[in-house]
Amino acid sequence: MSSDREKIFSAIRAALDPLPKRTAKPEWKRKLIVCNPSGEFSSLKEQLADKLVFASSRYCDSFDQLAETLKAENSTFGYCDPELAPLFEKLDGITFETEYDVAKVNEYTFGITKASAAIAESGTIVLKDGDTSSRMGALTPWIHIAAIKESDIVATIPEAIDRFGDDPSIVFCTGPSKTADVEGILIEGVHGPGIQIGFILS
Amino acid sequence: MKSKQKIDLVARDLTNEVHEANFIGAKMKSERRYAALGRDYADPDKLRETAGLVKQHTLEHLDKYLEQAEASFERNGAKVHFAFDEDTAKKTVLNIMNEHGCKSMVKSKSMLTEELELLHYLEDQGKEVIETDLGEFILQIDNDHPSHIVTPIVHKNRRGIAKSFEREGLGDYNDDPETITRRARAHLRQKYLDADIGLTGANFVSAESGRIVLVTNEGNARFCMAANKVHIAIVGIEKIVPTDQDLGLFLNLIGRSGTGQQLTVYNQFIGGPKLKDQPNGPEHMHVIFVDNRRTEVLASDCREILRCIRCGACLNVCPIYRQSGGHAYRSVYPGPVGAVLSPLLAGNRFPELADLPKASSLCGACNEVCPVNIPIPDLLLRLRDKAKREGAKEAMKGTPNLAMWATMCSQPTMWKAALTMGHTMNHIPTQLIPHPSAMSWQGTRKLPKFEGGEFRKWFKNRK
Repeated sequence: MSSDREKIFSAIRAALDPLPKRTAKPEWKRKLIVCNPSGEFSSLKEQLADKLVFASSRYCDSFDQLAETLKAENSTFGYCDPELAPLFEKLDGITFETEYDVAKVNEYTFGITKASAAIAESGTIVLKDGDTSSRMGALTPWIHIAAIKESDIVATIPEAIDRFGDDPSIVFCTGPSKTADVEGILIEGVHGPGIQIGFILS
Repeated sequence: MKSKQKIDLVARDLTNEVHEANFIGAKMKSERRYAALGRDYADPDKLRETAGLVKQHTLEHLDKYLEQAEASFERNGAKVHFAFDEDTAKKTVLNIMNEHGCKSMVKSKSMLTEELELLHYLEDQGKEVIETDLGEFILQIDNDHPSHIVTPIVHKNRRGIAKSFEREGLGDYNDDPETITRRARAHLRQKYLDADIGLTGANFVSAESGRIVLVTNEGNARFCMAANKVHIAIVGIEKIVPTDQDLGLFLNLIGRSGTGQQLTVYNQFIGGPKLKDQPNGPEHMHVIFVDNRRTEVLASDCREILRCIRCGACLNVCPIYRQSGGHAYRSVYPGPVGAVLSPLLAGNRFPELADLPKASSLCGACNEVCPVNIPIPDLLLRLRDKAKREGAKEAMKGTPNLAMWATMCSQPTMWKAALTMGHTMNHIPTQLIPHPSAMSWQGTRKLPKFEGGEFRKWFKNRK
């Protein structure tokens, strides 16, 4: 009795053997998939800011402004990556824990974790497993703040793919978690963050 | 309506509410698709054609790429399984659950698991299974089936959903979509945490690096993994593309084609178990490659349909789908793609679904919007031919016998004679011709006056 693996491979070969010729892989250049810019920008940071908002995320580069946003959302207790804690401790009126406790899944209202990169053409935040202190901390709170180093902003999707390396779990986040399952009406915040913030560290 | 075709009967019997939900939902997504592709690319067709060739190339070298994908996943520390048919696929999932001592599964959306009816199988084996995509969750509590590949509950409205939530004890009746979503968020959050295994499908597989790609808007696939120690990815063998860079091409197309988004919110690239220092996420990853008759499709003259990336654009644009809705196709895959794929995947049950390739006016819109440029109308014609040759009864319903017509068309002298007689048609009451199909056709239409027959004369004498 042959294994399922062998059955599949022999069925594939039997299906392909009679083909007189096989389609060659098309050569395509990266610029084929780079989309039209939505305006003129003097820097990748500026383009990213524009595209984050277009994708319904938020852009922020000031600690004071971030503290105001969190307070306006009644979000004063959350989770923060321990390595980022010294930077975000200065947020006025905001407290956080640096070890994610699953029992508090509904108490953390924000999560601050590192972004591995950001893509200017699409307003995408890239999270790699190796740079994320807690997958749960980046996913479960209502607000996710991705701390992006300005030098990690790339122009296009192919450049972001170049940086994959051997990381086992990479997530592109383009906007907040959303659904339009009920009558096509857009609702933000289904299982993941309802508010996605890209925070630029200069 | 005179047609005896099953799909027409379903369309006729839809309530106005469901018809409207299907029609508006599909039309809206088509318009968004058109706007997004036109805004972002000077020549979107170039992308579609390239993506189609990449997939066709991969399929025609599938033995090589499947082997490469297997080796890549194993190098990454994932365990690879193969399942030739439905039974093995289901048993493989069950065995993995038992091997890890798992009782409760959270899963994200996967059309392949619909094909396998995996959920009911696992429940019969004493496992708890929870669908976590909002639409799929609602289908699960209603014991209903998806009517669209991307927006599975497009046939439902908020009032029905609110009633289902009330019945399931998820709160008093409230049909505000935001309240419905918040209640599902709270309810399912606990399910992710209580479960002990997460199952996902895969939209793409990179053979080069051994990564599955998951495309979701809700973030449920992320949660299924982050909260669990075991992850199963169940994947059709046709999902492979050669390299990571190829993924960029497909990701730029799938969101724009399906919902008009530049990118779907979450694109996940999963190559194996979590890193050692990461506190959350799967310690074990199992990839199950499933054939379930895909190699039969590969051997057929309709193999191009295996390029499909399940974006739903052909459903949204199809004038038949808009009228009939997805359930009318009586199978897992509805719309133009389903009219090709469902009868092929049915194996020896092909005759039962042989009418589906006729559910098309052959207008060609499905081919025009397809992100991998599948010549769906050509494939529909090939399947109509197959149905006719095999004498599939389901495909013949309401079809007049065309033997006399065929004889006339294949004999030039008879054809010419018939044309000269065309004018006599204007003098006989055609509505009285006692032929069932002539009567049926004229039941809702009026035969126009014959004005032809002059072309050959004109052509011969033109200067």
